[in-house]
Amino acid sequence: MTERNYLTEDTRIISWLFTTDHKRIAILFFAAITLFFFVGGAAATMIRLELVSPQGRFVTSDVYNRLFTIHGVVMVWFFLIPSIPSTLGNFIVPLMIGARDLAFPRLNLTSFYLFMLGGCVTLYAVFAGGVDTGWTFYTPFSTMYSNGHVVLAVVGVFITGFSSILTGLNFIVTIHRLRAPGLTWYRLPLFLWSLYATSVILVLATPVLAMTLLLVALDRVFGVGIFDPDRGGDPLLFQHLFWFYSHPAVYIMILPGMGVVSELVAVFSRKAVFGYKFVAWSAIAIAVVGFFVWGHHMFVSGQSVFAGLVFSFMSFIVAVPSAIKVFNWTATLHKGWVRFDAPMLYALAFIGLFTLGGLTGLFLACLAYDVYVTDTYFVIAHFHYIMVGGMVTAYFGGLHYWWPKITGRMYPEYWARAAAILIFFGFNLTFFPQFILGVLGMPRRYHVYPPEFQVWHVLSSAGASILAIAYLLPLFYLLWSMFYGARAPANPWGATGLEWLTPSPPPKHNFEATPAVTRPPYEYTLSGEARPQNA
Amino acid sequence: MSTWWPSETSHARAVDLLFMGLLATTALVLALLFFLLLRFAIHYRAGNASADRSHRIRKSWHWEVTWTTATLVAFLGLFVWGAQQYVELFGAGKSGLTVYVVAKQWMWKAQHLGGQREINELHVPLSHTVRLIMSSQDVIHSFFMPAFRIKRDVVPGRATDLSFRPLRAGVFHLFCAEYCGTDHARMTGRIVVMQENDFNRWLSSQDVTGTLAAQGERVNRQLGCGGCHGNGPVRAPKLEGLYGKPVPLSDGTIGIADEAYLRDSIVKPRAKIVAGYEPLMPSYEGKISEDELIAVVAYIKSLAEKAKRP
Repeated sequence: MTERNYLTEDTRIISWLFTTDHKRIAILFFAAITLFFFVGGAAATMIRLELVSPQGRFVTSDVYNRLFTIHGVVMVWFFLIPSIPSTLGNFIVPLMIGARDLAFPRLNLTSFYLFMLGGCVTLYAVFAGGVDTGWTFYTPFSTMYSNGHVVLAVVGVFITGFSSILTGLNFIVTIHRLRAPGLTWYRLPLFLWSLYATSVILVLATPVLAMTLLLVALDRVFGVGIFDPDRGGDPLLFQHLFWFYSHPAVYIMILPGMGVVSELVAVFSRKAVFGYKFVAWSAIAIAVVGFFVWGHHMFVSGQSVFAGLVFSFMSFIVAVPSAIKVFNWTATLHKGWVRFDAPMLYALAFIGLFTLGGLTGLFLACLAYDVYVTDTYFVIAHFHYIMVGGMVTAYFGGLHYWWPKITGRMYPEYWARAAAILIFFGFNLTFFPQFILGVLGMPRRYHVYPPEFQVWHVLSSAGASILAIAYLLPLFYLLWSMFYGARAPANPWGATGLEWLTPSPPPKHNFEATPAVTRPPYEYTLSGEARPQNA
Repeated sequence: MSTWWPSETSHARAVDLLFMGLLATTALVLALLFFLLLRFAIHYRAGNASADRSHRIRKSWHWEVTWTTATLVAFLGLFVWGAQQYVELFGAGKSGLTVYVVAKQWMWKAQHLGGQREINELHVPLSHTVRLIMSSQDVIHSFFMPAFRIKRDVVPGRATDLSFRPLRAGVFHLFCAEYCGTDHARMTGRIVVMQENDFNRWLSSQDVTGTLAAQGERVNRQLGCGGCHGNGPVRAPKLEGLYGKPVPLSDGTIGIADEAYLRDSIVKPRAKIVAGYEPLMPSYEGKISEDELIAVVAYIKSLAEKAKRP
C-alpha cells in the first residue's frame, strides 16, 4: 500500500478515537456491534442449550428470564438497529453521493460515543445482576414487580436512542445537501432511499421510546403511577407508547437490509433494478404506513375490537410495499447475467427468508389467527425470519460486497460461499421448527415446557449449533483477509455507483475531485458491461 | 394431554380452517417465487451465454399494477376472514355459564357461581358456553387454552372476558401466555371438560362456604355498603335490580350496569357518577381484594335476578 488512504493516514490510537472521518467511525461501529452481536449470541446459545430439556435443567427460572432479556435488548438496540446504518451506511453514504464526509462529522462521532455509553450502562446492568423484564419492559411488571436492574437497562437504551436520532439526522441532512452535481433523487442508488426512509423513522419514532422509558424509570423510582392501575394509571398505555416506537423500529431494522439487497441484485444480475421508482417509493410507503400498525401487538390485550380491526387492516396494507419489492427483485434477475458470488448468495437467501418471514407476518396480522398464536413460538419464528434471516443476512451480504472497498482486500470467495450456505441451512433448521412449535401452541418465554414439544426444541437447538459455527466463520476469514487477502482494485464487481470510482481503500477525503453524475444508477449494457454513473 | 387435531370448539375449528387458508396462500406465493427465482437464476446465469436476453421488459408499470392489485385483493380477503371470527369471539353480547378467574403471580384461581373454588384447574361442562370474567391481582397475565385456539390478556385494574363452548370431554392445557416474572413458565394448569352430569356431581362434591353471591353478601355487610346503598340517611343508588339496566350518568351519557361497570364503580367511583347523585362514594381500591370484588359483583347480580321474581 504505497498510496496513503484513510487507514494509513495517521495510525496513532488517538487519531482513531477522536476521528471525525465517517469511514473510521464506521470501523469503530463495526468493532462495537460485532462485540454486541457475540454477547447477544452467547445468551442465545445458552437459551437453546437450556431448551433441549423440557425440565429446565441447566439454569434457574430467574437466570433464564435474564438470558432472554439480555438477548433481546442487546440484539435489538445494540446490534440490529445500528447494524447496517451505523456501519455500512456510515461508510458508504458519503461515497455513494460523492461527498467528502457526512454533513455533521462531529455529530457522527458523538453518536458513536453515546452508543458506547448506552452499551456500557446496559452491559453493566447485565453484569450487576441482570434484568428480567424481557426486551419489551411491559408494565406494571417492569415498574413495580421486577427484581432486576430495570432502571439501569432503561437508562442504557435511553442513551443509545440519542445515538440513533443523531445518525438519522445526519443521514437526512447529508442526502439532502451533499449530493454530487447531477445526482438527482431518481439517480440515487436504492440503498440511499432505504436509508433515507430508515432515518425518518429513527428521527420521528426514537423520541417516543425515550419518553416511554423515562416514564418507566419515573414510575419505578418515584412511584408516580402512570402505568399503575391502583393509582389511576393504565398498564396498556405503556404498550401503546412502546409499540408506537417498536413497530416502526422493526422497519428501522429491515429497510436498510432491503436497500443492500437492491444493490446486490442489480450488480450480480448486471442489470438495472426492475421498477426502480416502485422500489424506491415502497421504502417511503413502509416508513409512513409503519407508524399506523402498532396495535397489532395488542389484539388480545384488551384494546377495543374496533381498534383491532383498524390495526389488522393497516398491517395487511403495510405488507403490500414489501411484496412489491420482492417481485421487483425477482424480475430483476430476468434476462440478466446472474453471478453467484457470496454477496449474491446472501441476497438470494434474503429474498427467500424475508418472504417467508413476511408471509407468516400475515398470519399474525390476521385477527382470529393472531389470537391463537400471539405470544407463542410462532411469533419468535416470524420475527427471527425477518430480523436474522432478513436483516443479518443482508448485513453479511453488504459486508462482503463492500469489504474490498472498506479494507482494500478481497475476502476468500470459497470460504465466504461456504459460510453463506451454512448460515442458510443452520438458520432454517433453527427457526423453522419454531413455527411448528407455535402452531402447536407452545408459549414463548417458557424455560420448562410440556414434554410433547421437546422434539422440535431439540431440532431447533441442533440448528442453532450449526448457525453459531456458521456465524463464527466470517469472523475468522474476514480478519485473515485484512492481512493476507488479495489486494482489491477500485471496482472489483464492475458496479456503477460512485463509491467504486475511488481507490480501495479510499483516501481520507474520498475523492480527488467531486464526481459529476450523468446517469441513473445500475446502467448496464445488454452484455452486462457497467456504465458508471459519472461517465 | 390431547391431540392437536381436530380442535375442541367450533371457534377453534373455524380458526384451523383459517390457518389452512393462510397456509395455502403462503405455499402458493412461495412456490411461485421460488420457481421464478430458481428459474431466472439458473437459466440466466452468467455462464449461460446462449440464453435469449433480447426483448427485455422495458415498461414496468403494467407488471407493478398487476402484482400490487393481486396482492391487495388477496390480503383484503384474508383480513375480512380473520376479522369476522375475531368480532364473533370478542364482540359484545356474550352470555353463558359465568366463571370468575383471578390471576396472580404465579397461579390461576377460578370461582364458580355456586362458590366452588379451584386453583390451576378449571372444570367446565361439555357443550355449554362458558364465559370467563378475568382480572389480575398484580401484573399482566394471559389466559391461553391452545386446544380452543384462544387467549386473552388478564390486565390489572380491569376485567376482560373470554367465551368458549367445548365440544369434546377431556383434559386440556392452560398456559399463561404473557410473561409475568420468575415462574411464568410454571403458571400453567388444566382445563377439565366434563359431561354435564359429571360436572354437576363435581360441583356438588366441592367444599363450599355458600354461593359466590352469599359470600358477596357477607363482604357487602363487612364493608358496610348498606349504610348508603340501603335505607340509611345518605342517598345512594339502590343495588336491587341494578344489574343489566341502563344507568343515566351525570355527564349525559347512558351506561349499562354490567360487570365492568359495577367493578369500576367500586374501585373508581368518581369515574362514572349516576345522574342526580353527589360524588360521595370513596374508592375501595386496595380495601377490597380481587376475590371479594368478584363476590360483591356476583351478589349485586343476584339481587337483580331476585328482583325479577315476583
